[in-house]
Amino acid sequence: MDVLTLARFQFALTIMFHYIFPVLSIGLGLIMVLMECIYLKTGNAAYLRMAQYWTKIFALTFAIGVATGIVMEFEFGTNWATYSRYVGDVFGSALAAEGVFAFFLESGFLAILIFGWNRVGKKLHFFSTVMVCLGAHFSAIWIVVANSWMQTPAGFHVVGEGLQARAEITSFWEMVFNPSSVIRLIHVILGCWLAGAFLVISIAAYYMIKRRYLIFARHSMRIGLLVALLSCVLQLIAGDQSAKVVAKYQPSKLAALEAIYKTTSGVPLTLYGLVNSKEERIDQAVQIPKLLSFLSFGEFDAEIKGLDQIPKEDWPNVSALFYAYRMMLAMWGLMLFLALIGIYLSHKERLEAHPWILRAMVISVAFPQIANQTGWYCAESGRYPWIVYGLLRVSEGLSKAVTANQILASVVMFSAVYLILFLLFLYLLNEKVKHGPDEAEKDDSSPYHALHHLVEETVHDPAR
Amino acid sequence: MIPLDSLEVGWFAVFVFLLIGYAILDGFDLGVGMLHLFAEKDEERRLMLNSIGPVWDGNEVWLVTAVGALFAGFPDIYATMLSAFYIPIMILLFGLILRAVSIEFRSKQPMKGWRWAWDILFFLGSLMISLMLGVIMGNLICGIPLDANKEFIGTLETILHPYPFLVGILSVSLFAMHGSIYILMKTEGEFHDKMRRWTNPCMILFLIVYAVTTIATLIYMPHMVETFRDRPLFFLVAIINILFVANIPREISRGRDAWAFISSALNIVCLLALYAMGTYPEIIRSVNDPEALSLTIYNSASSKSTLEILFLVAFIGMPLVIAYTLVVYYIFHGKVKIDPHSY
Repeated sequence: MDVLTLARFQFALTIMFHYIFPVLSIGLGLIMVLMECIYLKTGNAAYLRMAQYWTKIFALTFAIGVATGIVMEFEFGTNWATYSRYVGDVFGSALAAEGVFAFFLESGFLAILIFGWNRVGKKLHFFSTVMVCLGAHFSAIWIVVANSWMQTPAGFHVVGEGLQARAEITSFWEMVFNPSSVIRLIHVILGCWLAGAFLVISIAAYYMIKRRYLIFARHSMRIGLLVALLSCVLQLIAGDQSAKVVAKYQPSKLAALEAIYKTTSGVPLTLYGLVNSKEERIDQAVQIPKLLSFLSFGEFDAEIKGLDQIPKEDWPNVSALFYAYRMMLAMWGLMLFLALIGIYLSHKERLEAHPWILRAMVISVAFPQIANQTGWYCAESGRYPWIVYGLLRVSEGLSKAVTANQILASVVMFSAVYLILFLLFLYLLNEKVKHGPDEAEKDDSSPYHALHHLVEETVHDPAR
Repeated sequence: MIPLDSLEVGWFAVFVFLLIGYAILDGFDLGVGMLHLFAEKDEERRLMLNSIGPVWDGNEVWLVTAVGALFAGFPDIYATMLSAFYIPIMILLFGLILRAVSIEFRSKQPMKGWRWAWDILFFLGSLMISLMLGVIMGNLICGIPLDANKEFIGTLETILHPYPFLVGILSVSLFAMHGSIYILMKTEGEFHDKMRRWTNPCMILFLIVYAVTTIATLIYMPHMVETFRDRPLFFLVAIINILFVANIPREISRGRDAWAFISSALNIVCLLALYAMGTYPEIIRSVNDPEALSLTIYNSASSKSTLEILFLVAFIGMPLVIAYTLVVYYIFHGKVKIDPHSY
């Protein structure tokens, strides 16, 4: 295999594996804040135990997220040195800001969040939880800004020629607020919230099926469902707006996502179909007339540029993108359905009487993960052949000094390590879930813990 | 003298600050990681691991941010360095992954085999990180072949010299010594007395490797010596360095572990300062044509406006970083105690 294919494969492998974990950290971050906030407001110790339980799960996802994330920061230089030279002036400042503003915040307060239950008062502990959650969100900001700049570059000029060429910042804020960054950031954050919410829903549903830790499960389920429903609804708007930006700035990506081969007006929205890449059309298509034109440009007769506008060797993988995009949308539909029905049933207090819904909820942890992965696949692969849209090709971004064997060796290493890591993650998560939340803290040496025992006795739990 | 008014020098100073922060803070994590395998009992290992438990992750962020600062301020150096040292970097990353997951996973199960396996991996991870950081730094001192496009033109054999490995062993012994002193500071009672017996071999190892590396540098790396020949004042740093090293056993024998730790930290500062003085303003030295092809902080920097933005980021961000680093260390100060939330 050639260096380019190997380097692309390695990037896909390492980023896709990495991206399982930070989405959970960001989503669980929000949920931990909500739980600890309710605990502080109500004094109900059940919420303290929930916060502690989800903190442990958070710690697990965070550890693997950090371990696999650090790889990404080095990989730009090891495999994509020419790209790094080209974008360093622009991309690097976002990455440096991420380190200074996000990672230090997150990791510093994480120490207090995880190890500080007995060391600090509950207000300071809550403050740390909020800071960790903020830090996790900040890290998303900077990396999405950097990626959005690669999608819709702005606020720069190109200096030099050939191998010496590089993009230099002319306006920092134009770079940060490039046309796609804000909406893509919202889209990504909502995706993270969904991942966290459905992890909570899944584990809570499992306990409901097993009829264990029911109070814990009901409380957790309610919070998970609320976050899920809110995120699903907001995601509809964010997704729509995000697609509009793609339509405006990245016509070739839209054409590939929708498998539009010929430039036409009044394009229908294809709900489902089979891409026939030989004859360049969609077979057995289920379509809504003119809707794609309307969704993209607000007019039913708007023209949408097809793949015929660009040379064939520059086409992205149309059928893979077409299916991946629909997979993401289908996952959204499933999540919305589960969130709605879950909220309705838990409001009526009849959720536990529907084992099939609960079983669907147990596997629902995969839905946001699939949606996140396919969504990013569309965003990144849809940009092909560009690494920076319209400026630098993927093939031009490679490291000159690196050989295929070196990359192959590292691909083998990462594949083996990540496979083992993933299995261990599942094993430990499973152990943690089986072990369940601690019924009550054994350690009551600190005033914090002495207090919540008192609170526990006085609180009446209606679900009991 | 060094023109302190230039942006490149300023950002280089920020980078060095981050690197020193990393070496001092994660240095003891790595040292504890390498030493903990020599403790026999599970409780002892837990004490050692929990002495770094709440802080190791934040300490690693110094490296992440230093690399980010390099990418942002000196993209060419970042790109050339990482692609030239491909294999050492991959081993470094492997070590970083091993370390992060083994400390996290180890405590999740009580089985003896499980804990032993993760302890060995934690040891190996810490060792690989320390060794590779030294090997890369040693190669930067030696220099590597570069072409006019700032690209590395050697092969893997080019970077497998004895000298970089010597620097690698130096960093291993340095961090082991630093970690052994940190453990002293964080433990009490019987275990503390036991740890006191560990610092001596660590220090002797460090002194031997340090002496050998110094001799090798004087003989084989004449360009490192030039700066000191031109500016005899810099030689003071070397003397101060020796004084700090000598001060470590003195403080330990007086039972002032914290002062010993501070001396050890200042030893690290001096060592990095000596390295920086010897190579400045080159970061990646070209062996084939040092005058024309070396990557310096001037010919590899980002544009003026980017450096200005970076300064703003550092100006706002670094005081915050220092503030919450201090807060976290304050909250977890004192001797290690194992509680239900520990590793």
